Amino acid sequence: MQQDGLILELQNGNERAFQRIYELYSESVYGIIYSILNDEAIAQEILQDVFLKIWNNSSSYNSDKGRFFTWILNIARNASIDHIRSKSHKNSKKNLAADNFVDILESRSNFSAKADAIGIKKYIDILKPVCKKLIDLLFFKGYTQKETAEELEMPLGTVKTRNRACINKLREMLAE
Amino acid sequence: MDIKEYISSGILELYVYGALTEAESREVSQALREHPEIRKEVEEIEVALQKLSAAAAPSYNAEAILASIKKKLGNKSEGTVIGIERKKETDWVAYMGWAATVVLLVGLFFVFEDKNNLREQLSSEQAENAKMEQQIADAREDAEKSEELLAVLRDKNVSKVSLQGQNVAPEAYAAVYWNKEENKAYIDAKDLPEPPRGKVYQVWSLKLEPLTPTSIGLLDEFDMDDNKIFALENANESQAFGITLEPEGGSDSPTMDQLYVLGAVAAAP
Repeated sequence: MQQDGLILELQNGNERAFQRIYELYSESVYGIIYSILNDEAIAQEILQDVFLKIWNNSSSYNSDKGRFFTWILNIARNASIDHIRSKSHKNSKKNLAADNFVDILESRSNFSAKADAIGIKKYIDILKPVCKKLIDLLFFKGYTQKETAEELEMPLGTVKTRNRACINKLREMLAE
Repeated sequence: MDIKEYISSGILELYVYGALTEAESREVSQALREHPEIRKEVEEIEVALQKLSAAAAPSYNAEAILASIKKKLGNKSEGTVIGIERKKETDWVAYMGWAATVVLLVGLFFVFEDKNNLREQLSSEQAENAKMEQQIADAREDAEKSEELLAVLRDKNVSKVSLQGQNVAPEAYAAVYWNKEENKAYIDAKDLPEPPRGKVYQVWSLKLEPLTPTSIGLLDEFDMDDNKIFALENANESQAFGITLEPEGGSDSPTMDQLYVLGAVAAAP
């Protein structure tokens, strides 16, 4: 839940507020970055960059424009995508493109125990394939509605309503 | 503003994703300030997405990374402090250097600003175009669907059977448009409640005396279907139709205490 007072303190340069923000958001941010880059070492570097940006640019967050979470999300996705486009990434041997959050949740045995503890993995299994794709593109990859419609060959309006149904399913599952 | 409709349109999810244009986002931010229900909905969406993305994170040492971030923040501020303390005598070359840097930075800033403005202009126009395209696509899709439905309903071989709500759900209602020539039954399920998770509606063709139910299909992906019209095959000599709520995948015979709606086919004149 967005804590407006905390954000204000962050914007005033309060380091303890920054630490609290880190505690609240770093795992989600790391999950987003990792799902794009699929490399733990690089993702942790980018995670640091993202929080340096959050600290340095906090004054540019404006609640008229959107949620604080969304602001952070954009920084994380942009930093990850910038990295993919950068030289150092092209030089790296790994092929990082294909994975999405579903593969990550399903394939990584070393933390599947953790995902199970939160209880998310089994929910993901229940989600319809179209939901997995929609959530991956719109949320994890930051596609626009239009790009998603093109990628999935689906009318624009359908992207919006189907995604709503998918998130409802996810919320239902998480609420149990 | 119809708040329920606004919430169920799906715009709030796109808002949290950051998939809306800046103008659209501002509108939602405004709406969320004015209506606590919308705010609550946005917060719930956000919590779900936070949990989902956190689950995609490998295990990591959060504290070590925070320490490393703080060190980087610390280094920066220390660096400037030392820089100021060292400057005790006037160093004109250095001043000239700084002055040149400032001029350059200001210049770069303007170039950057200009580029940013152009980019913003461009992306807002692109967004506008995308919005128009969406409206056209939506309208076209709706029109096509309506035409298809009209064609179905106008067919002279179609008979309409109204199914009335039963004990479990007196408010429920559904209609079957049955085309006997083509063996098709179109189920209009707009007034059936959304089935609970793990359950599905199953449609039965019934023969009376003796009562023999035959399944003609499931109303699959109920929550995904916008118009709630489902086309099923029905080659039976149906005398009535019923819809029951069954476990996912359907059942071999109807669970009668979960009979939602039922209606008899009017006898042929």
